[in-house]
Amino acid sequence: MTEKAHAPDLLLRHDSRDRVLHWLVVIAFFAAAASGLALFHPALFWLSNLLGGGPWSVILHPFVGLVMVVLFYIFARPLWQENKLEPYDRQWLSRIQDVVENRDEGLPEIGKYNAGQKLLYFVLVACMLVLLLSGLVIWRRYFAAYFPIGAVRLAAVLHAIAAFALVLGVVVHVSAAAWVKGSIRAMLVGTVTPGWAYKHHRVWFREKIRPTGGR
Amino acid sequence: MALQSLDIRRRSATTTAPPAARADASVELAKLIDVSKCIGCKACQTACMEWNDLRDEIGVNVGVYDNPPDLTDRSWTVMRFAEYENPKGDLEWLIRKDGCMHCGDPGCLKACPSPGAIVQYANGIVDFHEEHCIGCGFCIAGCPFNVPRISKKDNKAYKCTLCSDRVAVGLEPACVKTCPTGAITFGTKERMKQDAAERVTDLKSRGFANAGLYDPEGVGGTHVMYVLHHADQPALYSGLPAAPRVSPLVRLWKGAAKPLSLGLIVLAAIAGFMNYVRVGPKEVEPEDERAAQREKERIHD
Repeated sequence: MTEKAHAPDLLLRHDSRDRVLHWLVVIAFFAAAASGLALFHPALFWLSNLLGGGPWSVILHPFVGLVMVVLFYIFARPLWQENKLEPYDRQWLSRIQDVVENRDEGLPEIGKYNAGQKLLYFVLVACMLVLLLSGLVIWRRYFAAYFPIGAVRLAAVLHAIAAFALVLGVVVHVSAAAWVKGSIRAMLVGTVTPGWAYKHHRVWFREKIRPTGGR
Repeated sequence: MALQSLDIRRRSATTTAPPAARADASVELAKLIDVSKCIGCKACQTACMEWNDLRDEIGVNVGVYDNPPDLTDRSWTVMRFAEYENPKGDLEWLIRKDGCMHCGDPGCLKACPSPGAIVQYANGIVDFHEEHCIGCGFCIAGCPFNVPRISKKDNKAYKCTLCSDRVAVGLEPACVKTCPTGAITFGTKERMKQDAAERVTDLKSRGFANAGLYDPEGVGGTHVMYVLHHADQPALYSGLPAAPRVSPLVRLWKGAAKPLSLGLIVLAAIAGFMNYVRVGPKEVEPEDERAAQREKERIHD
């Protein structure tokens, strides 16, 4: 692994591959979301200016969306295993109120990702899949004419619902990242302090500090 | 195009009132197409081409009289010829001039995401303003009559304007002007309905018991209406829908879903921020670092 030298006791949470892919997905998401939301509600039509106006938004949105889905697939495919729900995730989830209230003492010890992150992972996977398939059906310039009008209407609704779920998921994701200090740094430079790992992801912390080292 | 002599009743992707100061003075207009008088000469198609400067691709004969075989971005009206064998065993040639129906409650306008790309004038004409069209094709999904067509050349949507430019200066649409049998007439919607009622009575006396006016309620009535000999079976006329309406999916997509999802997204963002303000960030304390160190030593020993 070609990681920048860091203080010996810091733990690598996101390697450079994951970090680069994560932020590429972010950029593609913002471009797709801006152009998509512009078409969704008139109050947000001004967002179409970010991509150069209405016609350019319509032209670019499907391509940008496709790039987002492909990048997300490359990014998220290897993370499937790490996001499998474990028994301790259910316990953690049952105490979500304590998590929200910052009563973190005595929460179940969890792995690299908490149950909220894991659920977000699967919500994103589902959204990406629906957005991809419905997006192809309503892609007027190349594909929409090949589908019956009922399918186009259904796809338009599904596209909007999946996009809504995706945006909502991202709002939660961003809020959580800003809330849990150290996590934005982890995605920017890759590392967290042992205390951070111990506090938030103790099972993962133990795997990491074992002499063999975990992911 | 923007015709300031016409007031606007509805404007696409606009949440505030459209300019309609003079709306009360505008009467609703309508085109009445009496299918029972149509001889299928296609003069209306030609007049439409001529007035609107439209020259479609020269196509090929597809084995029926329909020419071109479908509406296109440059053929805003097309005569559709249906051969119907009635229960008596006689052949009826049902010829319907297809094109935009100028719905009272236009699905294209409801679906359009571009502010002002589709307007409905106070007189009822639904007009596409191509200079504001962004080429998404949502109008196609919204239309219950399968009318809008996107140009391959400029990716803008086109359809019959009901000659809004002519109507604005007191002229009748080009197709009306040219129709040699008087099958197409134009005037106030009220007057057209009266004329239609007379014609329907006439048709009924001539053996068409189910003659009637096609002005479907489901789309708020239309500003292009048909007199049909078989008003009980509109589908005979090359698939004219019996009860057209804007699809419930489109209503959901362009109705409740919009404010609801936008509201929930904004609410979620505010809730996230307020929780941060309320309980503060999740920070790692020196005690956590010390605990981590102890744990590390325990494991390594």
